[in-house]
Amino acid sequence: MKAYDIVIVGGGPAGLAAAVSAKNSGVDSILILERDKELGGILNQCIHNGFGLHTFKEELTGPEYAARFIAQVKELGIEYKLHTMVMDISHEKVVTAMNREDGMFQIQAKAVILAMGCRERARGALNIPGYRPAGIFSAGTAQRLVNREGYLPGREVVILGSGDIGLIMARRMTFEGAKVKVVAELMPYSGGLKRNIVQCLDDYGIPLKLSHTVVDIRGKERVTGVTIAQVDSKGKPIPGTEEDYDCDTLLLSCGLIPENELSREAGVEMSPVTSGPIVNESLETNIEGVFACGNVLHVHDLVDFVSEEAGAAGKNAAAYVKGERKEAAGQVIKMNPIEGVRYTVPSTIRPDQMEDKLTVRFRVGGVYKNCYISVYFDDERVIHRKRPVVAPGEMEEIKLEKAKLLTYPDLKTITVKIEEA
Amino acid sequence: MDKRELICIGCPLGCPLTVTMEGAEVVKVEGNTCKRGDDYARKEVTNPTRIVTSTVMVEGGSDVTVAVKTRNDIPKSKIFECVKALKGITVKAPVHIGDVIVENVAGTGVDIIASSNVE
Amino acid sequence: MYDVIIIGAGVAGAASARELSRYKVKACVLEKEEDVCCGTSKANSAIVHAGYDAAEGSLMAKLNVLGNKMMPQLAKDLDFAFIQNGSLVVCTDPETRPGLEALYERGVKNGVEGLRIIERDELVEMEPNISDSAVAALYAPTAGIVCPFNLNIALAENANVNGVEFRFNTKVTGFEKIEGGWKVKTDNGDYETKVVVNAAGVYADELHNMVSDKEMKIVPRRGDYCLLDKSAGKHVSKTIFALPTKYGKGILVAPTVHGNLLVGPTAIDIEDKEGTATTRAGLDEAITKCANTVKNVPLRQVITSFAGLRAHEASHEFHIGELEEAPGFVDCAGIESPGLTSSPAIGVMVADIVKGILNPEENPDFVGTRKGVLNPENLSLEERNALIKENPAYGNIICRCEMVTEGEILDAIHRPLGAKSLDGVKRRTRAGMGRCQAGFCSPRTMEILSRELNLDMREITKSGGESRIAVGTNKDSI
Repeated sequence: MKAYDIVIVGGGPAGLAAAVSAKNSGVDSILILERDKELGGILNQCIHNGFGLHTFKEELTGPEYAARFIAQVKELGIEYKLHTMVMDISHEKVVTAMNREDGMFQIQAKAVILAMGCRERARGALNIPGYRPAGIFSAGTAQRLVNREGYLPGREVVILGSGDIGLIMARRMTFEGAKVKVVAELMPYSGGLKRNIVQCLDDYGIPLKLSHTVVDIRGKERVTGVTIAQVDSKGKPIPGTEEDYDCDTLLLSCGLIPENELSREAGVEMSPVTSGPIVNESLETNIEGVFACGNVLHVHDLVDFVSEEAGAAGKNAAAYVKGERKEAAGQVIKMNPIEGVRYTVPSTIRPDQMEDKLTVRFRVGGVYKNCYISVYFDDERVIHRKRPVVAPGEMEEIKLEKAKLLTYPDLKTITVKIEEA
Repeated sequence: MDKRELICIGCPLGCPLTVTMEGAEVVKVEGNTCKRGDDYARKEVTNPTRIVTSTVMVEGGSDVTVAVKTRNDIPKSKIFECVKALKGITVKAPVHIGDVIVENVAGTGVDIIASSNVE
Repeated sequence: MYDVIIIGAGVAGAASARELSRYKVKACVLEKEEDVCCGTSKANSAIVHAGYDAAEGSLMAKLNVLGNKMMPQLAKDLDFAFIQNGSLVVCTDPETRPGLEALYERGVKNGVEGLRIIERDELVEMEPNISDSAVAALYAPTAGIVCPFNLNIALAENANVNGVEFRFNTKVTGFEKIEGGWKVKTDNGDYETKVVVNAAGVYADELHNMVSDKEMKIVPRRGDYCLLDKSAGKHVSKTIFALPTKYGKGILVAPTVHGNLLVGPTAIDIEDKEGTATTRAGLDEAITKCANTVKNVPLRQVITSFAGLRAHEASHEFHIGELEEAPGFVDCAGIESPGLTSSPAIGVMVADIVKGILNPEENPDFVGTRKGVLNPENLSLEERNALIKENPAYGNIICRCEMVTEGEILDAIHRPLGAKSLDGVKRRTRAGMGRCQAGFCSPRTMEILSRELNLDMREITKSGGESRIAVGTNKDSI
C-alpha cells in the first residue's frame, strides 16, 4: 500500500488551498485526488467575475482564480491524480480510490483533508409536483452545458430559487440568447448575494418574485410551461395566486448540500444543520487527523473564504503529521449558536490548540435589520457588533483572539446570537 | 437635490449606497464602506459600466470552449453589442489567460481576453 | 408476414415475446416509445406480491402465485435484481383484524406458502420502525422486490437474442383483417401478421375496441410515489402494506433492490393515458399516510417523486385470451398489479395461446439465460482491477452518486436493444438515479451517448421524441 502524509480528497478551491498551505507548512508528501479531468473544481465553469477580491485584491473570474492556485500547486511540485474517484475512506485513514490507469488502489494517509465540495439540491428533494420532462436542470448543470460545452439548455427560462448560481445563470443565459422570464424564490428574501440581484437580474429587467414557488410543471417530453404561486408564511402555496409561464426550461437554484457520503462512511460525526462534519478549532473532525474545509464543511458564498478556511485546514493537518501539536490540556469550549444564529464553524474550541486569531463563521436563520451580532463568554458579553442587516444568504464571521481566551481558563461556552437593537 | 439609492456591486458585501445629485453632478455618496463603493456610485449614476464575461469556441484543444471577458468594464449600453461580437468566433488551441480574442470590442476601446486556459 | 406481432414492450409484452422465442416463430414487438419499459412497467411499486390479494379462483390469483414462484429462477437465468424480502400487511386497528384473517384465508386458498399472522411483539422484532399502533400483521415470506426495469429489459433482450425483432417509435393506429391474419397499421408502416398480441397497457382497450364490439374500458389509475435516498433504505427490511381500513387502502413502504426506500402509491382514476404528472395532493397523501404503518420515515431524504399509471379494468381481472369475435387477436389486457409479479406466468400463458393457434416447432437454438450489465461493485478488488486493466472504462466513474462507471454505460448502450437516451442509460445502469438526480452526470452521459451513437449533442434526448436536453448552441439566436 502506498503511503502519503496528507491525502486531500478533492482538487477544487478548498483542496488546492489546503495543499498549498500544507506544503508551505513543511509537509512534502501530499497527494490531491480529483475526480474531474482538471484541477479547480466548479470554479472552472464559474466564468463570471467577482472572485479574488479578498485573496488577491483584484477581481478575477472563476477559472482565473483557480489557475492561480493550480500554478502554485504545480510550482510547489505537489502531486495530484486526475480522473480519480475516491471510493472509500476508512476510520484508519486508508483511502481507496479508482481511475483508469491504476485501477482500484489504496493509500495509507497520516492525515486526510476532506474537500469534496457540495452538490445542488435536486427537484426531487423539493417535491415539486408535475410531469418529469426534459428541460429541468439544476442551475449548475445548465452552467456546465453553456460554459464548458457551448450548448444552450433552453430558450425560454423560469428559474426557481435565488441562489447565486441561479442568478448568475439568469444573466448568462440572457447573454447567450435565452429569455429569462422570472426568478421565483420560496423565501421572503433572496438566497443569493445582493450584488448578484443588481447585476444579474435588475440590469436585464428580470423580475424576482419573493415568497413564490413552482406548483406545476407542464410538458410530457420537454417542458412547455410552469405555474408559479405565492406562498404563505409557512411556505404553502396560496390558492388563487397561480400564474402560468410558457417556457421550455426550468432551472433550479434551491440550495447546496455538502457531499459527505464518504465522510459518513468513514464515521465522521455530522452536523444536521450544515450537513457537514462537526469540527473543532483546527477544522478537525471527531476522527483524529481527518480535517474538513470548504463547501464540504459548510456551504460558502465566497471562494475567497473557502481558500482561507482551507489554508487553515492545510496548516493544521501539517502540524498534525509533523507531530508539532501540543498535547491538549483539556479545556474544550463549546460554541453555542442561538437566537437567530443557526450554526458556527467550528463547534468547539480548545484555546491551547488555536491560532492567535480564529475566524468563527456562521449563518443566520432570517433577515434581521439594525441588529447586533453578540458573543458571550459564558454570561459575559464580549462582542456586540452593530449590523444594518444580516441575512441567511450571506455568511457572517467573528474573530476570537487566543490571548483573550486564555484569560478565561474556566470558560465553558461561547454563545453567538443576534440581538435586536 | 436628487437622491438615488443603489446597491454596490463592487464586492460581495453589497453595501446600500445613497447618492446625492445636483442635476448631473454627484454631490455626495453615503453608505459605502470603501473607496470602491464611492467609485461605483459615481459611475453608476453617470456612466454605468460592467465587466462582460462569456465564452467562445475552441478548435483542437482539451476543451471545446474558452472563457472570455472584457479586460476592463464597458458601458452597460454596449453589453449586448459586445456579446454579439463574440458570435461565431472560434479560436485555435492553445489559448491562455490574457490572450486577446477580440480587439476593441464594439468600439469600446476594450479588448476581449481569454480568462481560462485551454491546452 | 410475421407469425406474431406483439404490441407493447412493457413487461407483459416482453415476457410474452421471450416465451414465444422458445418456438420457431417470426415475431416482432411494436413499441410506440423509444425503448422498452416506458409505461406502467417502469413506474410501479416493484413488488413481487405473494398472492393473497387477488380473488380466489381468479386468473389474477393464479398467475400471481405462479409468477411469484417463477421469479427467483428467472432472476438467476436473466440476471436481474430480485430479493425475496417478505411482506407484512399491518393491522393498526383491532377492529379491522378480521380483515387480516380474511386475507390469510384467501392467501391459503390461492396457494400462497408460508403465510402466518404475527402479533405485535414479533412484528416489532422484525421491523423496529413499525408504527406504535400496529397490533398484528400478515407475514408473507415469499413476497419480494425486483428491479422492474431490468426485469423488463432482461426479458426483452433475451427475446431479441433469440430472434424476436423490436421496432420502437412505432405506434399502432389500426387493424385490418386479412387472409390468414391481420394487417397492423402504424405511424411507421404497415405489418402483416398471423397473430396479434395486444399488450398495450393503458392503451389495450383502444386496440381491443378496434377489432371487437365487446367494448373494453381501461382507466389509468395514477399512483404517486416518493423515492428516498439510500441512507433511508434500511428503515424497513420487508415490504410494509397497510391493511385497508374504513379510511382507504393505505400506502406501502418498501425497500428497493438497490437500497432506496419507496413510499406510495396513491390511487386516483384519471382520463389521460399519459397523465403521469404527480400532484401536490398526491405526494402529500403518500407522505402523510406512510406514517400509519411505519414511524419516523425520514421524509427529508426524498430524492425524487414520480407517478405511474395502472391499467385498471373495472372487473379488476387480467384479460388474457384470443378474442372469439376476432380470431388471431389475443388480448393481454387489464394487466395492473400484480402484473409485474405475474409477468413470467403471463408470458407463458400468452405463448401457450399463440402456440395453440400456430402450432410452431420448438426453437432448438433458444438460449434461456442472459447476463445483465456488469456491476463492478459485485467483484472482488482483484477481479475489478483485472477488469479495469482489460477495459479502462471500468475505472472511470461517471455517476458519482450510484458509482456507475463508463464501462457500464458503454455496455448499456451497445448491448442488444441498447440504451439510446439518458433514461435508457439510467434504467439499465442506475446512472442518474441517485441523490443528485443526474445533476453531475447527465452532461457526461450525453457526451458518451453522442460519441457512441454518433449523434450531435443536441439530438440526445432524455427519453426519445422531443425530450431533447440541449436545444441549441450558445448565441445561435442572437
